[in-house]
Amino acid sequence: MTIETIILSILALPLLGALINGIFGKNLPKKIVGTIATVVMFASFGLAITAFSSLHEMKIVHLYQFINFESFHLNFSLQVDALSIWMTLIVTGVGSLIHLFSMGYMSHDKGYYKFFTYLNIFIFSMLILILGSNYFMLFFGWEGVGICSYLLIGFHFSDEKKGLLNSVAARKAFIMNRIGDLGLLIGLFLILAQFGTLEYRELAQMILVEGINPTTWMMFGITFCLFIGATGKSAQIPLFTWLPDAMAGPTPVSALIHAATMVTAGIFLVVRSNFLFELAPMTQDIMLYVGLATSLVAAFIAMRQNDIKKVLAYSTVSQLGFIFVSLGMGGYTAAIFHVTTHAFFKALLFLGSGSVIHAMSDEQDIRQMGGLKKYIPITHITFLIGTLAIAGFPFLSGFFSKDEILAHALHHNIIIYISLAFSALLTAIYMFRLYFVVFYGKFRGSDEVKHHLHESPLNMTLPLMVLAVLSVIGGVLNIPSLFGEGISHWMSHFLEHTTLGLSAVDPVHLSNGQTIMLMTSASILTIIALVVSYFIYVKKESVPVSDDKITGWVKLSANKLYLDEIYNFLFVKPIELISTFGHRFFEVAFLNKSIYGFANLVGKSGEIVRKWQSGIVSSYILWMVFGIVGLVLYIIIKK
Amino acid sequence: MSIEILVYILGGLTVGSALMVVLSKHPIRSVMYLILTFFLISANYIMLNAQFVAIVNMMVYAGAIMVLFLFVLMLLNLSKENEPKSSLLVKIASALAGGSLLLVLVAAIKDTVVLQVAEKVTDNASGLVQNLGHLLFTKYVLPFEVSSILFIAAIVGAVLLAKRESQIIE
Amino acid sequence: MILATVFESGVSIQFYLIFATVLFVIGALGVMTRRNSIILLMCIELMLNAANLLLVAFSSYFGKADGQIFVFFIMVVAAAEATVGLSILVMAYRNARTVDVGIFNKLKG
Repeated sequence: MTIETIILSILALPLLGALINGIFGKNLPKKIVGTIATVVMFASFGLAITAFSSLHEMKIVHLYQFINFESFHLNFSLQVDALSIWMTLIVTGVGSLIHLFSMGYMSHDKGYYKFFTYLNIFIFSMLILILGSNYFMLFFGWEGVGICSYLLIGFHFSDEKKGLLNSVAARKAFIMNRIGDLGLLIGLFLILAQFGTLEYRELAQMILVEGINPTTWMMFGITFCLFIGATGKSAQIPLFTWLPDAMAGPTPVSALIHAATMVTAGIFLVVRSNFLFELAPMTQDIMLYVGLATSLVAAFIAMRQNDIKKVLAYSTVSQLGFIFVSLGMGGYTAAIFHVTTHAFFKALLFLGSGSVIHAMSDEQDIRQMGGLKKYIPITHITFLIGTLAIAGFPFLSGFFSKDEILAHALHHNIIIYISLAFSALLTAIYMFRLYFVVFYGKFRGSDEVKHHLHESPLNMTLPLMVLAVLSVIGGVLNIPSLFGEGISHWMSHFLEHTTLGLSAVDPVHLSNGQTIMLMTSASILTIIALVVSYFIYVKKESVPVSDDKITGWVKLSANKLYLDEIYNFLFVKPIELISTFGHRFFEVAFLNKSIYGFANLVGKSGEIVRKWQSGIVSSYILWMVFGIVGLVLYIIIKK
Repeated sequence: MSIEILVYILGGLTVGSALMVVLSKHPIRSVMYLILTFFLISANYIMLNAQFVAIVNMMVYAGAIMVLFLFVLMLLNLSKENEPKSSLLVKIASALAGGSLLLVLVAAIKDTVVLQVAEKVTDNASGLVQNLGHLLFTKYVLPFEVSSILFIAAIVGAVLLAKRESQIIE
Repeated sequence: MILATVFESGVSIQFYLIFATVLFVIGALGVMTRRNSIILLMCIELMLNAANLLLVAFSSYFGKADGQIFVFFIMVVAAAEATVGLSILVMAYRNARTVDVGIFNKLKG
């Protein structure tokens, strides 16, 4: 099989699954629907591995020329290189595990076939985003995943208790994404205006080989607009408040879209455009500081959240901030490394929380949980592994990926390193808080829920186990050179080999001593966080209190720093005022009056003219005579 | 000279009689004036050397059509009191319309140039029966035949319309 | 009896033109003014006769008989029209009990 066929099949299989499930899914039994969707995913993953193993150089698969002017071409074409194949592996791999999980998790749901259709369409769009060879395909997939995100967040829109909330959350996500999309679109237009093409290959050729260097302001404009797009999709300040609200969707959706794949689209965009960003140091600085701020703010808010999924959502935002810091320092491969490990353990944590929620009969408040480790052992062990990974426990995957980023920070600027380390510490603290409150202590919920506590079925625990294994060993993909020159930095080398532009970035090399110091300090911080959390939540049995009893910084954190309220005041209310004003002033008073007035005019004039018909024939003859007189006069005068 | 005066007097009488048709309040009087008008017009025809047309005019119009009108009038038994009157506005408006029509037509006529006819062409015997018959059955035979169809249609229509609807016997 | 044409004795054709026009206008006046439908029909006959007069005058002026043939046909049509008109009138009288034209205004706007 040629690589063209493989890539096209990878794209076509999820689309096929979506079509079958979408058209016939209503009449098929649930098992068949779920199996079709999941098998398609696993098949795509298998094909992706084949493509991965046979990858030697970058290939372009040309599908169709969409627009063909002299100076401007738009192609539907795919690009197969290390970055796209790697992201495809993550998307299809983690995606197929999540599909398997959903078969069990959503088994009671009425809209079963719809769910799997949307999931497959999402995977298809994400793959187009990743595999595209130009910004046009990226934008195509970008919009596609936005739509699927909206559909999936608002999936239970007809639920009696929460239906309205779900729809509002979906709408919020979509609108915030849209704001980012505007930035992305402007960026694309600027690229087109400056370079005349949207193809990655041609852009890389122009910048790296021919050395075309536009003005600083133009490059700043382009990269800043692209960054705004990334901000919307990857939930950075100020466009991140949609992500916690998006937890209103079903848990597999949160795992797939808002942890492992869609939110990495922004990062993917920046890594793809690395040669553009390298020419704009101002944007890189902005990215760095925005990412840092996001990371710290989200970690602060996560410290006192009481919904299990909300903690994980803010954790996602914080980790994405981490990655943007890395991107701002030029650490592109480190960023992709962290994306990979983050996909593993974040998906694990979300699926684990899904398993917990399933066991708790759909209860999500951690204050109602406690001591669950005896009831749901498999979920407990896998959740523990995920927590240790994200907190950076030594030699797990998260440890290595975080250390790469911390290494870049250390090389760049010591203040940034300290701030990042502090953010990592906060991450450890709130994750351990979550873990201990949920699984240790006494059960605090109602007796009815206690009766129903049970471990999840195999199709839900199997993905958890697989992801747990990956979270443990995933670190070997890119270990520092301390462990030997041969196996170190495998992923970086792999990515740099075929991805455009990455090889031009200066790599960061720390000495072995610095690496050891780095690893030790990180480990110490993590273990301190572990011990302190154990003390507070297990020994002292401190339990998060109910909402009305909190004060001080705890209140700030639990109320999400009042950001939603601030946004509402600053942006939503003025727009509502303007539109109400516009409606009252323009529409009702002006437009309605003029347009309906015109229609009324026609009607009224018709009424007047109607009265001329008196029904009396003699008067008709009278008017006829007048008409004849007029005619004859006209003819006489003409002569 | 005398022929001229005769023609003018005849013309004046005709106009007066026609005016009386329109202006008189009693319907029977209107009918009588109309019959007088037809007589005067026939006299005009005779002056114009159209003898046959004059006789036919008398026979058809004054003899048949006016008799029909008279019958219907008698049937309806209208009197002076039942006569519907039109409002003053209508009278003024129609006077205006009629007056302006007259003015405009006369103005149009005044500017016309009539073809001068050579003396040789006029044929004084043109109004006699032989001549008319000859023309009617050679040049105008098609309208002649078609008018018979018109008559049939008129007869059938009149009979149908005026028939009393058959009563339903309980 | 063959007479000399009137035109040889000095009557101009304009006289007959104006004469016929006046008769026509009088008929039109009657149609516009009178509300008795029988009188209305009679005024229409008057208008037709005005046209006949003009036709005969011109036929005599040019010496051709074609105008008089046309007069025949106009008379034919006038007779048929008067017949049918009167029968409609009779039927309308049966329904409305009056010959006032103003009654029949149900087609008004």
